[in-house]
Amino acid sequence: MDKIIVLFFGIVSIIFTYWFFFMKKINTVQAEGTVNILVDGGYKPDQIVIPFGKTTKLVFERKDSNTCLEEVVLSDFKIRKFLVLNEKTEIEINPTKKGEFDFSCGMGMFHGKLIVK
Amino acid sequence: MNKQTFAIKGMHCASCVYINEKALKTIPGVIEAVVNLTNGKATLSSDAPIEENKIIDAVKSVGYQAMIENDGTLDEKIKIEKKRELKDLKIKVVVSLFLGALIVWGSFPGIMDFAPSLFKNFYFQFVLATIVQLWAGRDLYRAAISSLRHRIANMDTLVVIGTTVAFLYSIFVTFFPKFFMDLKIEAMPYFDVSTVILGLILLGRFLEAQAKAGTGEAIKKLIGLQAKTARVIRNNKEIDISIDEVVAGDLIRVRPGEKIPVDGIIIEGESAIDESMVTGESMPSSKYKGDTVIGATMNKSGSFVYKATKVGKDTLLAQIIKLVEEAQGSKAPIQRLADIISSYFVPIVIMLAIGTFVGWYLFGSNPVFINAMLRSIAVLIIACPCAMGLATPTAIMVGTGIGAQHGILIKDAESLETAHKVNTIIFDKTGTLTKGKPEVTDIILINKNLIPKFFIGKQKTEKNLVSALLITTASIEKLSEHPLGEAIVKKAEEEKLVLSEVEGFKSLTGKGVTGNIKYQKSNIKVILGNKKLMENFDVSIHQSGHEKLEKEGKTVVFMAVKNLFLTTNHYSLVALLAIADTIKESAKEAILALNKIGIETVMITGDNEATATAIGKKLGIKTVLAEVIPQDKEREVKKFQKEGKVVAMVGDGINDAPALAVADVGIAMGSGTDVAIEAAGITLVNKNLISVVSTIKLSKQTMKTIKLNLFWAFAYNVILIPVAMMGLISPILASGAMAFSSISVITNSLLLKRAKI
Repeated sequence: MDKIIVLFFGIVSIIFTYWFFFMKKINTVQAEGTVNILVDGGYKPDQIVIPFGKTTKLVFERKDSNTCLEEVVLSDFKIRKFLVLNEKTEIEINPTKKGEFDFSCGMGMFHGKLIVK
Repeated sequence: MNKQTFAIKGMHCASCVYINEKALKTIPGVIEAVVNLTNGKATLSSDAPIEENKIIDAVKSVGYQAMIENDGTLDEKIKIEKKRELKDLKIKVVVSLFLGALIVWGSFPGIMDFAPSLFKNFYFQFVLATIVQLWAGRDLYRAAISSLRHRIANMDTLVVIGTTVAFLYSIFVTFFPKFFMDLKIEAMPYFDVSTVILGLILLGRFLEAQAKAGTGEAIKKLIGLQAKTARVIRNNKEIDISIDEVVAGDLIRVRPGEKIPVDGIIIEGESAIDESMVTGESMPSSKYKGDTVIGATMNKSGSFVYKATKVGKDTLLAQIIKLVEEAQGSKAPIQRLADIISSYFVPIVIMLAIGTFVGWYLFGSNPVFINAMLRSIAVLIIACPCAMGLATPTAIMVGTGIGAQHGILIKDAESLETAHKVNTIIFDKTGTLTKGKPEVTDIILINKNLIPKFFIGKQKTEKNLVSALLITTASIEKLSEHPLGEAIVKKAEEEKLVLSEVEGFKSLTGKGVTGNIKYQKSNIKVILGNKKLMENFDVSIHQSGHEKLEKEGKTVVFMAVKNLFLTTNHYSLVALLAIADTIKESAKEAILALNKIGIETVMITGDNEATATAIGKKLGIKTVLAEVIPQDKEREVKKFQKEGKVVAMVGDGINDAPALAVADVGIAMGSGTDVAIEAAGITLVNKNLISVVSTIKLSKQTMKTIKLNLFWAFAYNVILIPVAMMGLISPILASGAMAFSSISVITNSLLLKRAKI
């Protein structure tokens, strides 16, 4: 009996894990000029629509002491920047290409996306 | 006049500009204050620099915020933060491993028999484990919880789930042993598992943080090269000022042994300058009036005054730092796979751990619950996504850093990656393989008797005769503006010869020049030019040996004089001067080294077939593309690419830019034009072609490191996760293996520093 219960809960937990991590809703915002990004266990918002050909200021505020998040990398814009804990770090970008560009922490564990339209 | 520029935050209208300007003008010492709404910046003009806090206060008084950039403070902040972090980690590691050791002593079969009874007490173990779990593991919990809120799982999630399960189970066993005994399970807590795992994971973090600091050292070294002050001559007075206050146009005095503060041009004096720190070139280079000097390089012997041309962010060093920073921010294509895998990795490991628990519970041996739990904890702990995430970036950081130290500037990680695959290198000839400036290479005297004698001393040695010839030819060519003429004049200047007066100078386009050399009462008619000119003056050049020189790719200038020994108006050939664009010393060596490692070398030039082949032969280049017009260089690169070759193009001129851009790897010579540097992925700051070989070697070494890192990171996870699922490794060993895997990846990247390139 206990084995059936364990099997049942095991399957449910696996399905829940899948749903929880892989089927989440993405938090998209439209940015004009300046956008504040909270760095705390990830990036909030993690999907940002920015205008093409205009300078957008991304203000990262790191609240998370996890060293994984201490650097932010915008590889398509060739930017790797250290984010000082509990401070705001400004990064200005002026996209010259349209499309979707990933940004991530220094180790590539946490991801966000810039959508240039 | 001193100028300070800074940003003002909070401005949105024209009146803000007015208010700020007014506030800034009230600061004592400010002569002019200009605020620009479009870029949100203010510029102050003053005689002496205004203190920062005065500016901040003035702007604050009208309700805005002055953002005075100070890069130093950011570095300071990072340093302080890192130091605090390391100190914090160190204490936590020591405490948790010590407490963990006490618990192990009191609970591990065999050694527990010798332990004091207190250590064997479950309640005592509970207290120690709680300290480790809640105090040392606090940051892990915080990080895991905040990521879970974003529905993201990372390294911390795995560690937290694994140790929490062991910790909670142990608490339950400690306080409700009867429950387990009724189920015929031995009431044995696993506080040692949770504590030691946390201790080892934190130890891994500590070592990782220390090692990681070493990967970014190159930039710090480059920034450290910068001089702090400059001795500027203003109003005829020499004053020492901070390097930030130097403006373009300032005259700066540099004494022996001093660092050159900013980039500029020597206007007085000469010296030998060690530029190795910026260009990687080990030999000091001699610099004279009119030569450019680079900021942050070391003045060796002489004292000189130079005019600052580039300051602040425009200096070569600042540009180099920016390029290296950008390269380290870019991603190598090889990283893409690791990125995709690591974004799915952790949730999959969690699912595998659940599967492991269920599997062992259903089919495992007794006690099933404990076996299943310990094995699933081992799966969670042993998985190491960090090693995968660190594999590529750490190697790229070290690789680009080493490059910069050797004068190889890599613009992006992609170029560094592609360079190792290059099997064909196309070199532009002029300015790249050759110096780009024609030089006199041979002087052949045909009729020594006709050389104007008055320039010779008493001894008619060969050397003196050559000097006399050079004086004669250079004196006339000095009046022409032809590049071939310049080469002759330069040669005479190098030999420190004093030129003579010339009368009746005439330039015959496409043929050469004529003129009379005057010396006291003598007057010698000289003609100097190509075959056509000689034909016009009926001078026989038969058997003069010019064909041989021409075959070697040299341009021959014939020199004839009116023969005083003959009564007729007849000119006779006196000498031949061969002029050629000389090959750089490093070119031959570089080509040889490239051929040796199996890379096909190609030379591309607009020169005629004969000249091009001659130079190609000299250098050991088999494939020579001659008579290629600049617009076609790009097409030639594409042709090689169509044949399936991976092509690197090395060039320096504006006309090379399209070819540099289209090549798989564009390598620009640092002495080249900005357009070429802009188009290329890699720039060689020194003019040394050996750096092309070094670039390939560096790329190969970096890729080797990355591949080994990735192999290790993947193999580690692919092998050890199934091993943990099978129950062949205990959770504590798993945590040790995990800590070791990240460190080994970083250490491997740091080993790249020892690579010989």
